[in-house]
Amino acid sequence: MHSDEPLVQALIYLSAAVVFVPIASKLKLGSVLGYLIAGCVIGPFGLKLVRNVQSILQFSEFGVVFMLFVIGLELEPKRLWSMRRAVFGGGALQMGAVALALAPALMLVGLSWQGALVASLAMALSSTAIAVQTMNERRALDSPTGRTSFAILLFQDIAAIPLIALVPLLSAQQTAGGNRLLSSAKAVGAIVAVIVLGRFVLQPILRTIARTHLREVFTAFALLLVIAIASLMHMVEVSMGLGAFLAGVLLASSEYRHALETDIEPFKGLLMGLFFIAVGMSIDFSLFKQHAALIVALVAGFAALKGAALASIASRLGVDKRERLVFAALLSQGGEFAFVVFGVAQKARLLPGAWDGLLTLTVALSMAATPLLLLAIDALNQRTQSRESRAPDVVDEHSEVIIAGFGRFGQIVGRVLLASGIKATVLDHDPDQIDVMRRFGFRVFYGDATRTDLLESAGAAKAKVIVNAIDDVEANLALVDHVRAHFPQVKVMCRARNVTHYYELKRRGVVVLERELFEGSLVVSRAVLEALGVGPYEARERIDRFRRLNIMLLERLAPHFDDEGKRVAMAKSGRDELEQQIQREISQLDEQHGKGWHED
Amino acid sequence: MIAVFYAHPYPRRSRANRRLFDAIATLGGVERRSLYDLYPDFSIDIEAEQAALVAADVVVWQHPIYWYTAPALQKLWFEKVLALGWAFGRGGDMLRGKRCLWVATTGAPEDAYDEAGMHQHAFGAFEPVVRQTAQFCGMKWLEPMIVHGAIRLSDDELEAQGQKYRARLIELGATEVQRA
Repeated sequence: MHSDEPLVQALIYLSAAVVFVPIASKLKLGSVLGYLIAGCVIGPFGLKLVRNVQSILQFSEFGVVFMLFVIGLELEPKRLWSMRRAVFGGGALQMGAVALALAPALMLVGLSWQGALVASLAMALSSTAIAVQTMNERRALDSPTGRTSFAILLFQDIAAIPLIALVPLLSAQQTAGGNRLLSSAKAVGAIVAVIVLGRFVLQPILRTIARTHLREVFTAFALLLVIAIASLMHMVEVSMGLGAFLAGVLLASSEYRHALETDIEPFKGLLMGLFFIAVGMSIDFSLFKQHAALIVALVAGFAALKGAALASIASRLGVDKRERLVFAALLSQGGEFAFVVFGVAQKARLLPGAWDGLLTLTVALSMAATPLLLLAIDALNQRTQSRESRAPDVVDEHSEVIIAGFGRFGQIVGRVLLASGIKATVLDHDPDQIDVMRRFGFRVFYGDATRTDLLESAGAAKAKVIVNAIDDVEANLALVDHVRAHFPQVKVMCRARNVTHYYELKRRGVVVLERELFEGSLVVSRAVLEALGVGPYEARERIDRFRRLNIMLLERLAPHFDDEGKRVAMAKSGRDELEQQIQREISQLDEQHGKGWHED
Repeated sequence: MIAVFYAHPYPRRSRANRRLFDAIATLGGVERRSLYDLYPDFSIDIEAEQAALVAADVVVWQHPIYWYTAPALQKLWFEKVLALGWAFGRGGDMLRGKRCLWVATTGAPEDAYDEAGMHQHAFGAFEPVVRQTAQFCGMKWLEPMIVHGAIRLSDDELEAQGQKYRARLIELGATEVQRA
């Protein structure tokens, strides 16, 4: 087999990822660095297992597209609107400050002012992929620093388009103004189309597909959706990621949000990995060897200048004092867009000779430097912060309660909570049910609650309680196992469908609150006693005693659940005992009432 | 209107209290509320109880004496229904001026309630807790009706006590209902 065959390629990428990423993780270097190293090793400058770096880089950019879609899903339009100042104000400030710091330095090393302007603006862009992936790993995406950083990255994604348009303007070759007008009109049209489709068309389509209960068709549609939007954006020369992000935002308030997230997540992860590998592969080591000193100086100078510019504007952006260095390091690298801009600028003769390659290498190395910088900052912070206690700054939008299964049982729990002002996150796989409940103001999400990834995106890692209201005993127990394995801090609240289920739950350490039908039967029994003339209070006492004894017996049998014979024997002696107890207490009660003061 | 709040955990097993409670069943202008029958789970409907109090100008508390005071549910009723800002405290004047009659039974004969007796106190020593509850809410305390030695009373004696209770309520405004 030839090494260019897709199967062999997949073999190479997957093996490289499986070998290097866990090692990097183990060494606490973060997965990003692991992928980059894997890329260096298998790339044209390493083992030469892969040659078509450019096409892989292009293809794997879909990872970034998927990532932005998923981020969009978590950002409701309301929240995005509230970020507008951070995006446009903060973003513009960041690009301006960084370009201002870089441009003179670039002119100093020999670029023309046009070249320096384009290159400095391009290098002001950070890598959304690196920054977001790193923040994700540090669970910082929801923190104030994370949000500020993300707002800036969002602005950069918007700014990248006019930046590419700027290149021909600065070079000798001018394009006609009318053309540009037409292409901006097309871009606006495409964005409007995405908004309209997202708001009015996608929801009914998703519902129809969900109703078929064909999981893989839903997944296929999710993929199709993202790829179609990205292609549309690509056609009109808008950032694909931006389009996907927009589509995500429009679906953020949909009940299918978690299901979409769950379905896209693995693709996103793999493609992001591939993207980082591709970046690693594109690091040109022969060029590095030729200009080692210059490149080290460029990377160091770039990271230092960009970092310093970021640190200096951090306070204006409202970044916490203790977070400033982290913020600067997070955005200190150059981004994937810089590669494109350098290429275009080279063709337009804005960058002389080897500078395209040199700057590309500088940016790629600066990406690799980010995890290392953060590692160093963490070590530094640990030393200084070990004395002061830090308030947690992660803002949580997830509910503390997840209700899995929203049938009659789950609904009652949900309604009681809602009436007490607690909005539970509800998971169910019946789309009809969901529509009804959403009309009553529940946060209901479509999906299979026994999937660990769905639980994850529903916020199980931060939840306090999961109400396991799934009817199917097998699925119910599967959920318990998942939660115990992956989210051990979450308390599972459960009712048992029957005695077998009761014991299975007990064995898993779940505090079973209730056997279905048991309380209902007791309520009816009590009414029967009353109908036969027993006083209501006395009837209640009799039922209370029965319940207590019954549960005691059930608990006593629990250790012998697996031993059928022993259980039967125990149950029989238990029943005898119960009978005796009931007899005893009847006579006790009668005795008490016959001779005691209750006869007053 | 007379509201009778009756607290006996096992009304059907009672001898004395049941006879008393039955004796006033046929009176007009009397609302009888058996608390243990209404609230076996001890979740008292406070608004319903307060409405019954508002409608009445005579409030009757009838119950056996348990451990020198009212049974648990009657005690809870005091705590929940005679609420701050309603029965006492600022703006708590809903019971002001109403009359309050206490009807209590004791298992032991009257002579057990004596310094030399089983309970070492005269029965009057246990009265202030209930009386002051009524008076604190601005109610006028009527001469209580205490039936001692309830478990040993003969049927005739219980019958006589019932008639006495009935006469007492008529005196306080209840009416004899014409039998058809």
